[in-house]
Amino acid sequence: MNRPPHQISRMSLHRFANPTRFLRIADAVSPWATGLAVLLLAVGLYLGLAVAPPDYQQGQTVRIMFVHVPAAWMAMACYSLMALASAIALIWKHPLADLSAKAAAPLGAGFTAIALVSGALWGQPMWGTWWVWDARLTSFLVLFFLYLGYIALWQAIDDPTRAARAAAILALVGFVNIPIIKFSVDWWNTLHQPASIVRMNGPAIDVSILVPLLVMMAAFNVYFVALLLWRIKAEIIARRVRTLALARVEPEAGA
Amino acid sequence: MNAFLALVARDLRLAGRQGGAATMAVSFFVVTVALFPLGVGPELELLGRIGPGVIWVAALLATLLTLDRLFQADLEDGSLDLLALGPLPLSLVVLGKCLAHWLANALPLLLAAPVLCLLMNVPLKGVPMLLAAMALGTPALSLIGAIGAALTVGIRRGGVLLSLLVLPLYVPVLIFGVGAVDAVVHGFPAGGALSLLGAASLASLVLSPLAAAAALRLSLE
Repeated sequence: MNRPPHQISRMSLHRFANPTRFLRIADAVSPWATGLAVLLLAVGLYLGLAVAPPDYQQGQTVRIMFVHVPAAWMAMACYSLMALASAIALIWKHPLADLSAKAAAPLGAGFTAIALVSGALWGQPMWGTWWVWDARLTSFLVLFFLYLGYIALWQAIDDPTRAARAAAILALVGFVNIPIIKFSVDWWNTLHQPASIVRMNGPAIDVSILVPLLVMMAAFNVYFVALLLWRIKAEIIARRVRTLALARVEPEAGA
Repeated sequence: MNAFLALVARDLRLAGRQGGAATMAVSFFVVTVALFPLGVGPELELLGRIGPGVIWVAALLATLLTLDRLFQADLEDGSLDLLALGPLPLSLVVLGKCLAHWLANALPLLLAAPVLCLLMNVPLKGVPMLLAAMALGTPALSLIGAIGAALTVGIRRGGVLLSLLVLPLYVPVLIFGVGAVDAVVHGFPAGGALSLLGAASLASLVLSPLAAAAALRLSLE
């Protein structure tokens, strides 16, 4: 912090005017989100593991899909959210946008890791190998590296304001690159199946499998929202602690 | 325009007089490629097949090595502040420094590449294509790398972070760069891969000076 001390306290008042309102809303929403996530996860897992029939070709291993596909979906949605929040943070300097981008990054990295690991576990019985250098797998690996770089950049810069803006620039640069990376590896090598849910002539999946899948997707979404609210709350509180600690040091430094 | 050219000339003079930097990148490039036959065995057919990829990867790493000094020296001696206050917009300063970086560091790689092609037993008809692909693709490496260099300038152990930030963004250049050479070697047209490489360079020519300038302004505050 290079600003003179008297400005820090004024800035922080201004900065937390809005987050206070956010905290109130978050406190109201997060118990519901958490409960709904647990409920949906329980229903989705029951439907997916017990009710859905085994696939006529893949047998029981098809059930990996109920974790794999929602995780992959969320991994991409999470990066888009991060890029959107970063753009908002850079353009309007909205203090919460920084925090939500920062809070979303480890979640996105986690979802990417889940998608990669469950994909490997699924690939072993189906393709006979844990890993292939296929387009979809490679672009997901690169996405994982992008998340890691983003998190590392946040950790490398001490001043949170500067770290936020640097990370926002990186998130946007990465977002421009994601389609390019995706297309480049698409033309390079492909084994992974194409999209089979969002298609022109309706889903290519039977209803008995589609319903549990959609429930699991909803569960992952709500789970993400619940965790994101928690993490943003934790970030806001951590910043307040930091501001208070700085404020306590001020009189000593000034004297 | 004069200010732009003066900046490029200054950076080139600095690179030349400090010596070492450019030749070090080339030496690193050559040594890295030369390690591969020792690592995977001297079988010529295998070396010929992986040669273009190995040369491209070594070029990425050699570029990466020189990137962390791109803005660091100017930040340390304060000339970055003067450049930011000067008549040239900061994005053009970035562009000028990228141009100088490319001339001083990437061009020597291009000159060394044919020799490495011989070492790696790359089929002769692939060599001109490798040079063309590197000529088209390396500007993108300098330009994308400038974003990473600007983001990590002034950070402790910025060099390691820089590689984590920049290498994933280099993936398309690597894929199309190797794709063009492989296409020619196997008798397919390479126009598509070359066009995409050119597109990557042009897109980064427009976008990365803006992003890098925004990142530099952060460290100047």
